[in-house]
Amino acid sequence: MSADMYREMILDLYENPLNHGELDPCTFSHEEDNPLCGDVVKIDVLLDDDKKIKEIKWSGDGCAISMASASLMTDHVKGMTIEEVMELNGQDAVDLLGVSNLSMGRVKCATLSIKVLKAGASAVQ
Amino acid sequence: MLDVQKVRADFPILNVDAHPDVPLVYLDSAASSQKPIQVIEAMNSYYQEYNANVHRGIHRLSEEATSVYEGARIKVQKFINAPSHEEVILVRNATEGFNLLAYSWGGANLKPGDEVLITAMEHHANIVPWQIVCEQTGATLKHVPFTDEGTLDMDALDELLTEKTKIFSFTAASNVLGTINPTKELVAKAHAVGALAAVDGAQAVPHANVDVQDWNCDFMAFSSHKMCGPTGIGVLYGKAELLNAMPPWMGGGDMIRRVTLEKSTYNDLPYKFEAGTPAIAEGIGLGAAVDYLNALGMDNVHAHEQAITSYALEALSEVDGLTILGPKTAAERGGLVAFTIDRLHPHDIAQLLDEDGIAVRAGHHCAMPMHKIMGIGASARASFYVHTTTDEVDALVTSLNRARKVFRL
Repeated sequence: MSADMYREMILDLYENPLNHGELDPCTFSHEEDNPLCGDVVKIDVLLDDDKKIKEIKWSGDGCAISMASASLMTDHVKGMTIEEVMELNGQDAVDLLGVSNLSMGRVKCATLSIKVLKAGASAVQ
Repeated sequence: MLDVQKVRADFPILNVDAHPDVPLVYLDSAASSQKPIQVIEAMNSYYQEYNANVHRGIHRLSEEATSVYEGARIKVQKFINAPSHEEVILVRNATEGFNLLAYSWGGANLKPGDEVLITAMEHHANIVPWQIVCEQTGATLKHVPFTDEGTLDMDALDELLTEKTKIFSFTAASNVLGTINPTKELVAKAHAVGALAAVDGAQAVPHANVDVQDWNCDFMAFSSHKMCGPTGIGVLYGKAELLNAMPPWMGGGDMIRRVTLEKSTYNDLPYKFEAGTPAIAEGIGLGAAVDYLNALGMDNVHAHEQAITSYALEALSEVDGLTILGPKTAAERGGLVAFTIDRLHPHDIAQLLDEDGIAVRAGHHCAMPMHKIMGIGASARASFYVHTTTDEVDALVTSLNRARKVFRL
């Protein structure tokens, strides 16, 4: 169980996150929290002239699953168009983590950052 | 003292494994308590032997259902020492009790310039209804802060309570800090400025003798499901003269005296506030829960929780990186301990504890403002009840140390 959910990769990302920080200037910035547990993620995105994600940074506070997911998701969407981002769903976030046995409650941790990104992206669509 | 092994035999769920071959260690009673067989059987017996609507039928089943359901109300009345059963309004839970109070009393009595006072250690149930009614009436909502030790800031309270304060609504015991507030003193302070006093008894009534006449509070709300009873039923106690003066909250059957298509007159207390068919089996279950706690003896329940909490405070302080929230001694607190561990998020703590069969709460425990004040997003909370053993606290400590290892701490 923990051998899977708390794989080395997830713990490494928890300690040394990818794309962590803030962007100024940025094309859009959006923050949301998980009302059930108080995890919070903010995502800043800079689009290039072709409306593709040129730079992306995230900041926030939460558990190992939500923080690792933010690292992996922000890495995954680099170079994507807004339309491609809007096609992503929660399952993509879970797949990125590579954890097969997330409970319903923890799925919300894994999908928080994709929710934040899509909510921000929908405003500039 | 409680014979804990005997008590444990009353709770069928304690024989259930959390995971295959991993016994359950239930340390989440403050979120919802487990139910003894006596409560489960009382509810089954209603459904199997006398299921019918209450307050309506002439037939045997309905009369028996009414009699047992109303008998439960009287058990609750005696349990909290309310003067009359008419002052025991059966609602869904403490949350609904506060909503009833805020909408009915607040809607009729608050106006611009008035103040409602709460504390910074309230559950959302005693915050949000007041925010809504203050917005609707133009009244102002204020709160009493708490100290670094996790107790109410009494100096600030004395400044905040003024003749503008119309009601002071506060918790008798914090669901995060564990703090036991000096309820009787707080009620007296509210009354001294002419304000009403409402008490959140959700974390108090299940754990110790509560006497609303001794406290002299005007209102008190609490939930059945935290005191060995079922979900879906709770209580709003209120002084009869105040309840009589309040307008009804929800309209419908049971709460009326006479209805025409133009206008209705309302039923007497407590039914004026109980529209529609109530949660009958749940009310009967609550009555059985009161019987169960009375048989154990609330002094014994309290003494047991104090002993377990004292043991837990000491055992948890041995865990590296662990910070306990709230007062440091069991005497100042109820049967729960919320904590954080450096570089280990409460969610991850709860997940890893669950693998060892240990159920705790992780998150903000419906108290986001107080977590924000303490500068943390969330905490983990172990809470204890009549069936909790020191062995279970030891298991918690062992599992926390394992969680730290998984996180390479």
